[in-house]
Amino acid sequence: MTQALAQLQQRFDPSRHGALVALAVILLFNLAVTPNFLQAQTLFVNISQVATIAIVAMGMTLVIATGGIDLSVGAIMALAGALAPLIFLSDFATANPALGLLAAIVVPILVALCCGVFNGVLVTYLNVQPIVATLIFFISGRGLAQVLTNGNLQTFSNPSFSYLGTGKVLGLPFQGWLVLVIALVLFWVVTRSVFGRQLLAVGGNERAARLAGIPVNRVKIGAYVICAGLSGLAGLIVVAINSASDAARIGTLMELDAIAAAVVGGTLLQGGRAPIFGAILGAVIIQLVKYTLLANGIADEVALIAKAGIIIAAVYLQQARKE
Amino acid sequence: MNDLIQMTGIGKSFAGIIALQNTSLAIRPGEVHAIIGQNGAGKSTLIKILTGVYRRDEGEVRMNGKPLAISTPREAQDAGIATIYQELSLVPLRSVTENVVMGYEPRNRLGLIDWKAAHARTREILARFGVKVDVTRQLGSYSTAIQQLVAIARAVSLEAKLVIMDEATSSLDDQEIETLFSVVRNLRESGVAVLYISHFLDELYRICDRVTIMRDGRTVATHDVAQTTKLGLVSEMLGRDAREIQAVGLTALSGGHGQPGEVLLEAQDMRSRTGLRGASVTVRRREIVGLGGLLGSGRTEAARAIFGLDPLTGGRVVHHGGVRIDNPAQAIALGMGFLTEDRKADGIIPHMSVRENISLALLPRLRRLGAVDRARERKLAQHYIDALQIKTAGMEQPIRELSGGNQQKVLLARWLALEPEILILDEPTRGVDVGAKFEIQSIIRKQVAQGLAVLLISSEFEELVEGADRIVVLQDGRSVSELQNPGVTEDALIGAIAHQHERNVA
Repeated sequence: MTQALAQLQQRFDPSRHGALVALAVILLFNLAVTPNFLQAQTLFVNISQVATIAIVAMGMTLVIATGGIDLSVGAIMALAGALAPLIFLSDFATANPALGLLAAIVVPILVALCCGVFNGVLVTYLNVQPIVATLIFFISGRGLAQVLTNGNLQTFSNPSFSYLGTGKVLGLPFQGWLVLVIALVLFWVVTRSVFGRQLLAVGGNERAARLAGIPVNRVKIGAYVICAGLSGLAGLIVVAINSASDAARIGTLMELDAIAAAVVGGTLLQGGRAPIFGAILGAVIIQLVKYTLLANGIADEVALIAKAGIIIAAVYLQQARKE
Repeated sequence: MNDLIQMTGIGKSFAGIIALQNTSLAIRPGEVHAIIGQNGAGKSTLIKILTGVYRRDEGEVRMNGKPLAISTPREAQDAGIATIYQELSLVPLRSVTENVVMGYEPRNRLGLIDWKAAHARTREILARFGVKVDVTRQLGSYSTAIQQLVAIARAVSLEAKLVIMDEATSSLDDQEIETLFSVVRNLRESGVAVLYISHFLDELYRICDRVTIMRDGRTVATHDVAQTTKLGLVSEMLGRDAREIQAVGLTALSGGHGQPGEVLLEAQDMRSRTGLRGASVTVRRREIVGLGGLLGSGRTEAARAIFGLDPLTGGRVVHHGGVRIDNPAQAIALGMGFLTEDRKADGIIPHMSVRENISLALLPRLRRLGAVDRARERKLAQHYIDALQIKTAGMEQPIRELSGGNQQKVLLARWLALEPEILILDEPTRGVDVGAKFEIQSIIRKQVAQGLAVLLISSEFEELVEGADRIVVLQDGRSVSELQNPGVTEDALIGAIAHQHERNVA
C-alpha cells in the first residue's frame, strides 16, 4: 500500500496532473457549497457554455505549439457570428431555406479560414511577431463585424440554425459532442499525423525543423488557419445559443480565456507541446470557476481575478518542474 | 592545503537511469583543474549539480569546508562559482555590456542602472583579455569567439572564486585560445580556481595543474598533470589497455582513399551576402571532400549555400539531377543531408524523443494516409540506435537528456536514415569525446565505402588530413587551392592556408 502510494507520488508530475487536482478541488467545493450542483441542468449549462471556450482553446493550443499566439480569435468569432444571421435572414435564404442555412454555416467559416491565412502569412512570409500580426484582426475584425451589421443587434428565430447551440443528442448538448469530435480529430492530428509532428517540431526548434526540410511556413499557416476556422465555428455557436447576434459582444475576451485554458492544460508558451485534451481540461476549469462564483452570487468581476489566479498557478507549476 | 570545493559521494539519476554514482571532486584554491571523460561519463551532470542547475540525489558539497546548499544558478554565482557553458547561454540581442553586467548592474544614486559605469567596467575587463569591441553593440553581431570571451568576462566581473569552463575553446582559433589561456593564467595567479573541461588533451598539458578522470558516472582518479601521459589518460578514460589504443591510431576516418565515382554536385564560383566571394567545390560519389580554412573563411557558409539555406548572389550549384536547390526540403528530396555545427540551435528538437528526432527529415517518406507510419518509424529508430550504439534509456527518451556525443549520433542517424547521396558534415566531432569520435568517424568511413559522398568541414587538421580524399582550402570566402590525398600532411595543409595568406598580404 505504502509502496503503491510512493509510486503514485513519483509518477505525479505537477505540470501535467496539477490541472486534474485543481478540477477535483473545484468539483468537491461545489458539491459542498453550491446549491443544486448535482442537477442535470447544471451539467447542461456548463457543457453548452464550455464548448465555445474549449473549441477555441484547442485551436489556440495548436498556434501556441508553433511558438506563436493568436489574439484575433474573439474578433473572428464576432465576424463569423455577425455574418451568419445576415446570410440566413437575406432574401435568398428565405427563398431557399436549406441552401441558405448551409451558406450561413459554410460562408462564415470560410471567411474565418481566410482570416487565418492572413494571420499566418503575416507571421511567416512577412515575419511579423505573432502577437502584432494577430492584433490587426483583434482590432479590425470586430469593427468589420459591426460595420456589416451597422452596429445593430440582429435577433432571429431559426430553429435549424439554433440547433448548433441548443440541440441535444442522446440527451446532451449538441456542441458538447462537437467538442468531442473535434478533440478526437485534433488529437489524431497532433499525435499521429505528419502535419502534427511537423507542427511540434517547428515549435520545438524552428531552425532545426527548417534544416530537416519541414515546410515551416506552410505548417505555421496551417495552425493559424485551423485556429481561425474553429473560432468561426465557436462564433456561430454563440449566436445560435442566444438566437441573437451582437457583434460588439460575441467572443469578447475569448482570446484570454483560450490562452488561459491552453496554459492551464499544459501547453508551453514557448512552443513544442500541444496537449489537446489538456486544453479541454483547462477550458472546463475556467468555466467551472466562472460558474462556481456566479452560482454563489459573487460578481463577474471577481471571476476575472480568480481566472488570473488560476493562470498564475498553472504557469508556476510549469516553471517549478526541475530535474 | 584546504580544498576550495569538496564534492563527495554525489549521486544522481534521471528517470531511473544512473548518471552519477558516488562521485567525488576536490578543487584547491588557485589551481586549474581539468575534468576529462567520454561523453556520457557524467562531466556535465556533475558541473550542473555544482552550479545548482540540477539537484543532487545524494552526497555532499562543501566550499571552504562549509556545507554548500545551492539550488539555483544565481545562488551559485553569489557563492562565487561562475560558469561558461559549452553551448553559450548569453542574450544575443542585447549589448555586450548588458550581457556582462546582467543581474549585477551598477546602480546610481537614484537606483537606476549606471550605464556609463557599466560600459566602462565592461571595456576594462575585455581590454584585459586584449579584446577591443564596441560594448554597446548587440552581442549577436560578434563572432562566436568574441561571445565566448564575453561570457568569460562576465564570470571575471562577478569576482568568482571558481570559474568553470565547459569546452571553452571549442569555437576559438589559435590566437583566441592563446588569449584565453593567458586569461586563465591571470585568474590562477590572482587565486581563482578554474575547473576546465575539454576534449582536447593537448590543452590540458598546456594549462592544467591537476586532472580528474570520469568514466560511467564515477570519478576514476585524480592526478597531477605533470605526472601523466596522454596515452595513460586516454586509457583511463576509455577503461581500456594503453597498448591496445596505440595500435589503432588517433582517428578512424583514414583508410579509405578508394577510387571516387562520378561527379554528384558541382558548386561554381559561389557568391553570397553571407560572405562567399567565389567558392568552388566538386563532390564525387565515394569520396570525402574536406573544406579547410580558418574560422570565418566561409566553410559553413559554403555548405549552407549548397544546401539551399542562403541564396546565392552569383555563381551556381549544379546537381547531377539538373535541379536547382532553393531550400533544404529540395536538397533533402535530392538525397542530401546537412549535419550542422551547432547541435543545440540547428539540430535537436529538445522536447522530442530520440525516435522523433531520428525520423524528422524522413517524415515525407514515412507518410501513410497523412499519418506517420509508426511501425516503420520504430523499426528505423531501433535500427540506428543499435547501429550507431546510441546510449539511451530507449527510443522514447527525450533527446535533451542524452549526452552531447549521443545527441550528435542521433542527428547523424537522422541524416543516415535518408540514405543520402551527399552528406555535409560541419564539425561532426566537435564537443564529442574520444570514444564517440572514433565511432562517428568509422561510421562515416563505412558509409563512404558504400558510395556516400561527404563534404567535411573540420577545424581539426588531423581529421581533415587523415579523412579527406581532397581538401579545398577556403580563405575569405574564396577557394584558393586544392590538396590531393594521399600525400597531404598537417604541415602541408597549414602551409596551404598560410601561404595564401602571405600571398594576399604581398
